[in-house]
Amino acid sequence: MKIKRFSGGLHPPEHKSTAARAIEQCSLPDELVIPLAQHIGAPAEPCVVIGDTVAKGQLIAQPRGFVSVPIHASSSGVVTAVEPRLHPMGRPLLAIVIKPDGRDAWPDGLEGGMNPLLVNPLTLPPSRLRDMVCNAGVVGLGGATFPTHVKLSPPGGKKIDTLILNGVECEPYLTADHRLMLEETGRVLAGIDILRRILGVERVCIGIEENKPDAIAVMRDACVRRDIEVIALKVMYPQGAEKQLILAVTGRQTPSGGLPMDVGVVVQNVGTAAAVADAIIHGRPLVERIATITGPALVEPKNLRIRIGTSLRHLVAECGGLREEVVKVIMGGPMMGQTQLSLDVPAIRGTSGLLLLGKNAVATRSEGPCIRCARCVSVCPARLLPTTISAYARRDMIAEAERFNALDCIECGCCAYSCPARIPLVQSIRQVKGAILAKRRLS
Amino acid sequence: MLEAILSLGGVGFFAALALGFAARKFAVEVDAREAAILEVLPGANCGACGFPGCGGYARAVASGAVAPELCPPGGPETVARIARIIGVAAIAVDPQVAVVICQGDQQRATEKYRYLGISDCRAAQKLADGPKTCPGGCLGLGTCAAICPFGAITMTDQHLAVIDRDKCVGCRKCVEPCPRQVIKMTPRSVSVHVLCNSHDKGALVRQYCQVGCIACQLCKKVAPEAYVIEDFLARVDYRHAVKPTAGVEVAIEKCPTHCIRDDNPPPAPVPDEKPAPQAA
Repeated sequence: MKIKRFSGGLHPPEHKSTAARAIEQCSLPDELVIPLAQHIGAPAEPCVVIGDTVAKGQLIAQPRGFVSVPIHASSSGVVTAVEPRLHPMGRPLLAIVIKPDGRDAWPDGLEGGMNPLLVNPLTLPPSRLRDMVCNAGVVGLGGATFPTHVKLSPPGGKKIDTLILNGVECEPYLTADHRLMLEETGRVLAGIDILRRILGVERVCIGIEENKPDAIAVMRDACVRRDIEVIALKVMYPQGAEKQLILAVTGRQTPSGGLPMDVGVVVQNVGTAAAVADAIIHGRPLVERIATITGPALVEPKNLRIRIGTSLRHLVAECGGLREEVVKVIMGGPMMGQTQLSLDVPAIRGTSGLLLLGKNAVATRSEGPCIRCARCVSVCPARLLPTTISAYARRDMIAEAERFNALDCIECGCCAYSCPARIPLVQSIRQVKGAILAKRRLS
Repeated sequence: MLEAILSLGGVGFFAALALGFAARKFAVEVDAREAAILEVLPGANCGACGFPGCGGYARAVASGAVAPELCPPGGPETVARIARIIGVAAIAVDPQVAVVICQGDQQRATEKYRYLGISDCRAAQKLADGPKTCPGGCLGLGTCAAICPFGAITMTDQHLAVIDRDKCVGCRKCVEPCPRQVIKMTPRSVSVHVLCNSHDKGALVRQYCQVGCIACQLCKKVAPEAYVIEDFLARVDYRHAVKPTAGVEVAIEKCPTHCIRDDNPPPAPVPDEKPAPQAA
C-alpha cells in the first residue's frame, strides 16, 4: 500500500530521544503565572482580585466574545497579583499570579471517575456538549491554541463529513502526543467519541507518522470496534499541518484562502481530544497539559504533565537543570516554535514543548545571496514560490506578493530550513502577510 | 530614382496630413496652469503631498481641489510661486525637518537579544517588540534610510539612523514606516532637540541606555519656557522660539545624560550656502 503524504516538505533529523520516557507529573511550582492571552482571539477578562482564594479549576478569567475562552486556576492558592508579566510572545501582558497553597486537590466532584452530573455524556445534545467544551477553556493543543468550540461550530451551510485526529507530531524533538497516545489511549478515544457526537460525522481518522509504530499499533488495537481508521503517514515535515494532513488523509485540497471546513473536514489534535474528554466526563477544565522538555543543553529530558502557568525555569529544574550554557530557548518545536527571551516566562496552553539548545546546536551564520537553487520551491508544502514572495516582500511590493499567494504560506519554515544561503524567507513572508492584511483592513 | 522619391515623399505627405488632422481633432485640453505648476514643483515625485507624483499634484492644484502648500520639499518659495500661478494668496508654511530622537546606538543602548533576521525594523519589531531593550529607541536596521527619496538618512556603523538636515526636505515619508515612531517632524527654525523616545522612568532608562532622558527636570529648571516634560520624557516646546530663550544652551550643557543636542552647533563647520529658511 502506498504510504500517504502531501507534496513537498522535508525530513529534518528527528531527535525524538524522549519517545521512550513515560509521562511524569511536574512538581508544584512556588508561583503560577497565568496569562490572559493564551489562545487565538480576544484575551480573557479577569474575574478575581488580589487576595482571593481560588480552588483548583476555578474560573479566574471570563471569555470576551465568541472567539475567546475562559481561564481557570491551575492549582489551589491565593491570587497575589493581577499585573503584566513577561509572556512567551516576548512582551509583558496581563496575567493572574497565584501562590499555590500546596494542597493542589481537585474540589469534590471533580476528584476522579464520572462527573456526578452526568450519566452518559453521549446522550447529551451536541450544543450542550459544545458549551461544556467552551466553558472548560479547551483550545487546540497542537500549538496554535485556536478555541476548540469555534472549530466545532461550523457555519450553517458547511457540511462536515470527516473528523481527523492529528497524532502526527512532525516537529523534531517533541514526543508529548506520542506518549499521550501510548499511555492515555482511553482519554483520547473518549474525547474522539464526544467530538464525533458534537460534529455528527461518520468518518473518523487518526493520522500518525510512521516513526511511531508503537502508537499506531496501540491505537489500531483500541479502534478495532469503534469504526475509526488509523492511518500511517510518511515521516515528512510538516505532515501535521492542518491542510497537509487533510490532503494526505482524504486527498482533498483546501482551496486557497479557505478553511478545512470548506472541504468538509475538522482537524483536532489528539491532546485536544483528551482535554475534551476531561471537560465532559470529569467536568475538569484545561489547567494542565503534556509537554516535552528537551534539548541537548538539558541534563535529563522528560515528558512532563505541567500545570499552565509554571515557569520555564521550574521546568528546567525539574529535568535536572542545564549541562551547558543555553544559547537558544524555544517554546514548541524547533521548526515553528517561538524563541524565548528568558526562562522566566510561564508555560501556557500552547506550550507543546520546551527546547534548550547550547551553542553547538545553534547556527548563527549570516545570510548570503540567493543562488536560485529552488530548494525552497521544491520543499514548500503550500506549493508557493518562497524566494519570489520573499524578494517582493523585501522591496515592499505588497500587491505583487499578494498575487503570488503569500497569504497561503503556512509559515512551516521548510524554505528557510532548506535554504543554503540562510535567507530568512519565512520572516520576510510573514512580514508581507502582515502588510497585506493591514492593507485589506484599510480598504 | 524619381519614383522612389515621389512614392516615399507621397507617403510622408499623407502621413503628415493625417497626423496634423488627428492632433487638432483629438487634442487633449491641458490647463496651462497645470503645466506651469508642474514646472515649479521640485519634480522629485516623492508623494509627500499624497498624490501620485508631481503631475498628479499639479493637476489637483490647477483644478482648485487642493491647497498649494502641500509640497514640503518645495518649501515656501514653491508655495509662493504656485500661489502666483493660480492667483491666490500664499499661505505661510513652516518648513519642517525630520529628526531621529534617539542616540542609543549599539554601544550606548543594550539589547534584549541578538537579532539575525532581515534588515528591516518593521520585521524586527514583530519579534518580541524588537531587539533593543528600550521600547522607543531606534532599531537601526535602516528601513527609513531605504525609504527616504532624498538620501537624507544614513545609518551609522553602530546602527543608528541619522538625518542630514540639509538634505531633508520634510516630506514625512520616513515617519509612518518607523515601527517605534522615533522620527519626529520639527520646525526647521529650531535646531535644539531632546534626543530620546523612551517614556520609561529614569531608573529604568539608566539600565538600558547611557544617553536616554531620565526626566530629571534639570532642563526645565534652567529654561522653563523651552522644555516640557511629559510622561517621563523631556521635549523641546517648539511653539516658543527656542533660540532667543535664555538657558537653552545652558540646559544642553547641564543635561546629565547628554540627550539634548543642538543640530547647528557653532564650532562644527556648517555649510552656509543653504541657510535655514525663515518661516514666512
